[in-house]
Amino acid sequence: IMIPFSMKNCFQFLCNHKVPAAGFKTTPKGGLILQSVSNDVYQNLAVEDWIHDYISLEGKPVLFFWRNSPSVVIGRHQNPWQECNLNLMREEGIKLARRKSGGGTVYHDLGNINMTFFTTKNKYDRMENLQLIVRALNAVQPQLDVQATKRFDLLLDGQFKISGTASKIGRTNTYHHCTLLCSTDRTALSSLLKSPYQGIESRATASIPSTVKNLLEKDPTLTCEVLMSAIAAEYAAHHHIKNHVHLINPADETVFPGVNSKVQELRSWEWIYGRTPKFSVNTTFNVLHEQTHLEIKVFLDIKDGRIEICNIKAPDHWLPLELCDQLNSSLIGSKFCPIETAMLTNILLRTYPGDYKLHSKWNILCEKMRGIM
Amino acid sequence: MAAARVLRTWSHCAGRLICVRYFQTCRNVHVLKPKCVCFLGFPSFKYSHPYRLLKTTAALQGQVVQFKLSDIGEGIREVTIKEWYVKEGDTVSQFDSICEVQSDKASVTITSRYDGVIKKLYYNLDDIAYVGKPLVDIETEALKDSEEDVVETPAMSHDEHTHQEIKGQKTLATPAVRRLAMENNIKLSEVVGSGKDGRILKEDILNFLEKQTGAILPPSPKVEIISPPPKPKDRPIPMPISKPPVFTGKDRTEPITGFQKAMVKTMSAALKIPHFGYCDEIDLTELVKLREELKPIALARGIKLSFMPFFLKAASLGLLQFPILNASVDENCQKITYKASHNIGIAMDTELGLIVPNVKNVQICSIFEIAIELNRLQKLGSSRQLSTTDLTGGTFTLSNIGSIGGTYAKPVILPPEVAIGALGSIKALPRFNQKGDIYKAQIMNVSWSADHRVIDGATMSRFSNLWKSYLENPALMLIDLK
Repeated sequence: IMIPFSMKNCFQFLCNHKVPAAGFKTTPKGGLILQSVSNDVYQNLAVEDWIHDYISLEGKPVLFFWRNSPSVVIGRHQNPWQECNLNLMREEGIKLARRKSGGGTVYHDLGNINMTFFTTKNKYDRMENLQLIVRALNAVQPQLDVQATKRFDLLLDGQFKISGTASKIGRTNTYHHCTLLCSTDRTALSSLLKSPYQGIESRATASIPSTVKNLLEKDPTLTCEVLMSAIAAEYAAHHHIKNHVHLINPADETVFPGVNSKVQELRSWEWIYGRTPKFSVNTTFNVLHEQTHLEIKVFLDIKDGRIEICNIKAPDHWLPLELCDQLNSSLIGSKFCPIETAMLTNILLRTYPGDYKLHSKWNILCEKMRGIM
Repeated sequence: MAAARVLRTWSHCAGRLICVRYFQTCRNVHVLKPKCVCFLGFPSFKYSHPYRLLKTTAALQGQVVQFKLSDIGEGIREVTIKEWYVKEGDTVSQFDSICEVQSDKASVTITSRYDGVIKKLYYNLDDIAYVGKPLVDIETEALKDSEEDVVETPAMSHDEHTHQEIKGQKTLATPAVRRLAMENNIKLSEVVGSGKDGRILKEDILNFLEKQTGAILPPSPKVEIISPPPKPKDRPIPMPISKPPVFTGKDRTEPITGFQKAMVKTMSAALKIPHFGYCDEIDLTELVKLREELKPIALARGIKLSFMPFFLKAASLGLLQFPILNASVDENCQKITYKASHNIGIAMDTELGLIVPNVKNVQICSIFEIAIELNRLQKLGSSRQLSTTDLTGGTFTLSNIGSIGGTYAKPVILPPEVAIGALGSIKALPRFNQKGDIYKAQIMNVSWSADHRVIDGATMSRFSNLWKSYLENPALMLIDLK
């Protein structure tokens, strides 16, 4: 049952259901089931973070459902260049977000359900949450073979991954969130989560790729709506609360004061790219010059998303050494970002009103550089 | 035991001592975090390691405490340090974030248990840290022996709190905790202290609030205690106190890198060119009418039609008559190249800065084709995808600064070009028509800059007049259309 509900009412709701001193099994406990009306990955991540920071969860756990328009979400300590095809994402308009929990990279679209289980630190139990999901799935489709693994994944038929997990532990609150593949575009998933970038060396958390499958492919009755209501019902039964799913708008500043500044932070380049752990790029380009192939060696050290060390070595007869040095020194301190590099190199070129050949070589080099970003 | 006894008496004194010290810090104009700390009420003392008790009583100076990595749950024994939020020498308060660790898909924020200064970090990034082993060393502040006099502190104007202090009542709490209570209108007497000797801790206040409102503190960007600005003392006769406004902002110096550095270079090169300016006023009344007619047709074809395609086409037609404006000079101004293609650049403002993509070969494009190309460039520009080809090869530039605002400008030529035009905003102004009647005209100002080494005033003026005539009477474009 969906009821649009303001958060203030939620507070009331939470207050009225305190755990009495002597708790009986049948006494209603506190708890809440929420669902986001937004499909914006940044807004949803922001409100998730808001709930983690500001809501008291003692005796009142919260379950939050959210779905996103096509986006790729990387873990807190991951390297987006290693994890996904950023060029393809830019072309297709797929958003990139970095969440605050750990774990690996996932692709979200409207055929994927995200669930966040908020509890206090002492009630943090990922396996319990996953077992709840399995029970809910089996309640809808008893024949379904779904199992939780030791790595907190959910496997269908013992081999296909249908859910991945990540979590965040704070001072008093924790959350465990996981995906559930219902009817996601698998072709998009596999093409976007494959990184074309060579020569990256980093100590960032690497994702472990798995074969996936959609639940809808197994059983056409298992739509997102059916699954969400099944899991909500199971959660309500387990925590002895009313099976009401409250709709929330993550952009509503009156209900979630401060959420929009969280959205801005999550959208910022500094958070998404700048939080990448230090890494280096060591690669070579091949250019065609007078029927021969020339090698251009590139070595970059990137910290906080910005180029710290830049060493581009092109053969002297192809591009003057001076120009190469210019490029090297200008790139230091700039963002490891194709548009910034394009603007930078374009502007530099203006100070060399030279011949057409030089310009075209410069352009080729710049295009190659942008290609690795 | 002797140790315990000493501890107890000290805590009585400490309560008052802390208040005095707090007053001293508040005297400063700058808002400071209270440096004094009550480490007697730490939850850690509940573990009651006997050796630690002795340690604290023995040393009356700043105490270096080993902060150990506490149990994270789920039987996790080791984690990887992923990010440090502090470095050696930083000051931290209780509940400040110290570092971020990762264990098996869980990202954990470790917060400080103490107030103090970080003395040592035991691990580097990507090291494995062990639960129960020291994570950082924190030096907690010394409590000095000072006068027992309790003076009314300026920042605490609430009677409840001062009353307690003066009476020497045993509601023990650090100044930080008192402030937290005051900010939330909580009477300390109503809060049950869970610390040593009934000391009220930050957690007690937070729990108390929770019970009241069902939520942790009203959400604020930082759930930390921020000292309120010092308030003037209450006086019997209110007199306007003229306090000089205190500005606590600081200058910030950072190196110019990347894109900005490149701009510095280009602009320095550009200003070596002797510029001259020429401005004029264009009556766009007819063009505005024309565009209104054509807008829905373009939209039906899927394109947004602005004024820019008209400006570009008119400029190209003008350049056919005055090709020297579409030329390029080398660095020493010894050779001039008359460019065949009219690649007209459009200056765009993006969040990164100035970007100038150009429309290639305007001389062979129809106005509609120019509009398509502009749409494409604008879309790529906003999604940060402009290619190098789009950004290079420009021969002439128009800057539509009027879309942001302004009337007149003095644009800077972008080498290796020799001319540039800045378009002001279109304003409705009264003008006289040929009959001498006043009518509402749509007026836009254009400011040209050209390289005086190769372009003279007359050339610029004639070009501008031609461009102006095309725009004021769009039908004229039909005759010269190629």
